[in-house]
Amino acid sequence: MKDLIIPDGIHGPKLSDMGTPAKKGAPVTLVIDGMDVTVPEGTSVMRAAAEAGITVPKLCATDMLEAYGSCRLCVVEIEGMRGTPASCTTPVRDGMVVKTQTEQLQRLRRGVMELYISDHPLDCLTCAANGDCELQDMAGAVGLREVRYAPGQNHVETRAAEGPNPLYIPRDDSNPYFFYDPSKCIVCMRCVRACEEVQGTFALTVDGRGFDARISTGTDDFLNSDCVSCGACVQACPTATLQEKTVEEIGTPERAIITTCAYCGVGCSFEAQMRGDQLVRMVPWKDGKANRGHSCVKGRFAWGYANHGDRILHPMIRESITDAWREVSWEEALDFAAKGIKAAQAKHGKDSVGVITSSRCTNEETFLVQKLARAVMGTNNTDTCARVCHSPTGYGLKQTFGTSAGTQDFDSVEQVDCAVVIGANPTDGHPVFGSRLRKRLRQGAGLIVIDPRRIDLLESVHMGEGIHLPLRPGTNVAVLTALAHVIVTEKLYDEAFIRERCDWEEWSDYAEFAADPAHSPEAVEALIGVPAETLRQAARTYAAAPNGAIYYGLGVTEHSQGSTTVIAIANLAMMTGNIGRPGVGVNPLRGQNNVQGSCDMGSFPHELPGYRHVSDDAARAVFETEWHTTLDPEPGLRIPNMLDAAVAGDFKAIYIQGEDILQSDPDTHHVAAGLAAMDCVIVHDLFLNETARYAHVFLPGSTFLEKDGTFTNAERRINMVRKVMAPKAGLADWEATQALANALGAGWSYTHPSQIMAEIARTTPSFAGVTYELIDRIGSVQWPCNETHPQGSPVMHEDGFVRGKGRFIRTAYVATEERTGPRFPLLLTTGRILSQYNVGAQTRRTENSVWHDQDLLEIHPHDAEQRGINEGDWVRLASRSGETSLRATITDRVSPGVVYTTFHHPDTQANVVTTDNSDWATNCPEYKVTAVQVALSNGPSDWQELYEAQTKLTRRVEAAE
Amino acid sequence: MNPDKLAHMANQIARFFESQPGDQAQAVADHINANWAPAMRDTFLAHHAGQDLHPLVSAALPEIRGKG
Ligand code: SF4
Ligand code: SF4
Ligand code: SF4
Ligand code: FES
Repeated sequence: MKDLIIPDGIHGPKLSDMGTPAKKGAPVTLVIDGMDVTVPEGTSVMRAAAEAGITVPKLCATDMLEAYGSCRLCVVEIEGMRGTPASCTTPVRDGMVVKTQTEQLQRLRRGVMELYISDHPLDCLTCAANGDCELQDMAGAVGLREVRYAPGQNHVETRAAEGPNPLYIPRDDSNPYFFYDPSKCIVCMRCVRACEEVQGTFALTVDGRGFDARISTGTDDFLNSDCVSCGACVQACPTATLQEKTVEEIGTPERAIITTCAYCGVGCSFEAQMRGDQLVRMVPWKDGKANRGHSCVKGRFAWGYANHGDRILHPMIRESITDAWREVSWEEALDFAAKGIKAAQAKHGKDSVGVITSSRCTNEETFLVQKLARAVMGTNNTDTCARVCHSPTGYGLKQTFGTSAGTQDFDSVEQVDCAVVIGANPTDGHPVFGSRLRKRLRQGAGLIVIDPRRIDLLESVHMGEGIHLPLRPGTNVAVLTALAHVIVTEKLYDEAFIRERCDWEEWSDYAEFAADPAHSPEAVEALIGVPAETLRQAARTYAAAPNGAIYYGLGVTEHSQGSTTVIAIANLAMMTGNIGRPGVGVNPLRGQNNVQGSCDMGSFPHELPGYRHVSDDAARAVFETEWHTTLDPEPGLRIPNMLDAAVAGDFKAIYIQGEDILQSDPDTHHVAAGLAAMDCVIVHDLFLNETARYAHVFLPGSTFLEKDGTFTNAERRINMVRKVMAPKAGLADWEATQALANALGAGWSYTHPSQIMAEIARTTPSFAGVTYELIDRIGSVQWPCNETHPQGSPVMHEDGFVRGKGRFIRTAYVATEERTGPRFPLLLTTGRILSQYNVGAQTRRTENSVWHDQDLLEIHPHDAEQRGINEGDWVRLASRSGETSLRATITDRVSPGVVYTTFHHPDTQANVVTTDNSDWATNCPEYKVTAVQVALSNGPSDWQELYEAQTKLTRRVEAAE
Repeated sequence: MNPDKLAHMANQIARFFESQPGDQAQAVADHINANWAPAMRDTFLAHHAGQDLHPLVSAALPEIRGKG
């Protein structure tokens, strides 16, 4: 087993708590209980003691939060200081002499504990936190043996002498994942501070003062408050006041395994806390370098889908998609699949088949799937759903910097002075990064948001003024070129950096291009819908910041000019010298957990692992030697091309791992037609997803809890995924792919994913130093990891760009063909929300649906009024591709002329409406701009009803004998 | 594969390169050769007559690799 068991994982994180956060500073030496301790300046006495292995009793302190000093349990004696200072709020000084345990201290601490316990229920034996409660631990630690106060006023009893106890507040169970039981609260304020300092939501407050003080959401209950259910308060709470319901149901965990969240591109590290092989809870790992002990509602709580009754646990086959599914053995299913692939190739040529890799599966699994295509099927027809989100990042960053990756780690945000967020909604899409950014904004960093919609980040509590550029969807390039225009013409660029690091001639060409008055803010303001002065102010703010960092999302890439926009972003970063050190950079926020990894692993039809073009003879030779075969030097088909080819009758069989192209890809009708034209569609997934309605073979998938492997997050960080339970369907996904390859005659014999990683390292220079042993040892590693960077690379392009000189490329605005007109006067743009994930296959199968049970269409009050639409009405949303129906919500977050929806629910069928327009360089679909019309309707569209009926027909499984 | 769609894709590529310095037609051809599967290029070359092609695409035609 390669499981990493944390030393005192039995107790969970609560006891391995250093009391106050780590500090950076000059070394300071002091004496604690006769021991010399050296710690950085600014460290608390409490933490210094903990470093020396001495635990000072504490209640209100925890190392996730700044010290607060309210409980006075942590008092110590310090020579030369009067009284007994609190060790959590007292910083160390050179030569200090501290005693943590004396008779006086013992007496004081017992007094404190006695007061706490006098207003606390004594039902420890049946309490959900029994064994995991700091109050209980501290009572033991201070030697509390009696409570001398007579029962009186309290918050514990439901009844007082005369009728109901007015101080008693009943338990709040409204949140599906944790409860709040005020009778157990000791008002340590850890939850309130966690919500503020760690999460940045400010959902909790204290009502009343002194003995009457109570924690409150300011509303009826947690569910109806600002709470986003991140769980930071639950993790911080020292008692059973805020507690996971699973702990109450199952009991306290007895061991923990470090693993990685399988939802978004932040890639949070978690302790999977287990009892036997039952998962009790997920607790974000404090040493996780992407998340530093924080998480969002998805990673911490929404893992119930792993046990959902909809999961398919047996392979299934059928001759025709109108037949019912037949459950069969793995062998029979694989044999059937292999025959389908071979038949297609025999009849229609080797390029009539292909694969789609998953950006949800591990690096190792993705590597195998593309290897299956290239080495076993003999075709470069491999693509990934990263195509539909970040392929323009690949093109744009490769052209300008030389490699397709974000330049920073997430820690870098702590040094940002001006954050530019373009086409991303971090508080919903990348919540833990959103929280980390908000923390920096509270410290005074500036914020520029370029997005058609007023995103929540602009409403962060305690941040300064943010600049919002609410551009018309589809005009990103015009906006960014106008920013460049200002920087060039006002001479705000960093000439020294450009001279040293970039090609001067290309820069001169670009500067001349950008300086053209046609690109000035004044010239484009009418087109983009943002005042010229705001644009100028934004350009000046970014250029003036000592550290300016750009974070961008799908609102950049999913456009017909997605690649050009990425180039424009890279240009801005280079001309302002914002590359190559902490606090700056160009940071794509990746949607799914392993988008970065699936791109790195050679999923694209034109690139071998490590972004080397298939026509590169040297790169091909490496793999030909490793795989004992010859590889095709010509690029293969991309997903949309495969579908086109299928409709034309040239493409007959496909193996799709962990993706649902029918729901996630644009222009549903076209995808359906393509799939329907194939003879053998093999779907490998957890659930009978939408694509599976066109499948002939269904291979049951495994969740991230059921396999070993690695994910690579948006900061190029390779994180370990560790198996915490056996695969429910018998095979982990990499084993199933291997079995399919072997059914096609491959003869593979991997017995553990670490062997696949070894093969990746042997063949891919940027992974040369990556081993499981290294990741186990240092927790995670950011590629490039090789001889020059044996521990990986937090910041890229430090001394020079990967391609040598940074390259400026002209970015002319080309209007999308998706234009509004009389029939379709509004622009639809799409996005995602916090509680649901992508097409929702997992999150819809968890309690997260209490926050988002349907997709809604956001429409501006002005547009709604013109159409007679009221809040909650059913509306028809139509484009030239198709139409669907959903309910409307009226908000001025969107500008007039723009409507917005999410795409988490299959019934909504938002992609029936999106068109097949795509990025010029990569064919990444243009999800973010569709011309539409909206009108009142009576309910679901004909297509939705037909689809519903068809769902029933194509999902039948024959009763088992 | 639908020749209209391929022509449309080629035109989109040309509209990016029309503002770039250097040999624009060569750049269009290079992009197509590097990113389109041979089957797509063949279909495109076989059916380009009659399509409404961007002048740069027409200029790039001789450089687009068809069946070798
Ligand atoms: S709910 Fe928990 S963390 Fe919050 S004040 Fe009460 S005891 Fe402290
Ligand atoms: S779950 Fe998160 S958002 Fe909700 S109250 Fe707790 S810390 Fe705040
Ligand atoms: S969904 Fe993203 S932010 Fe939330 S826990 Fe998972 S990796 Fe972290
Ligand atoms: S732990 Fe120091 S005052 Fe509470």
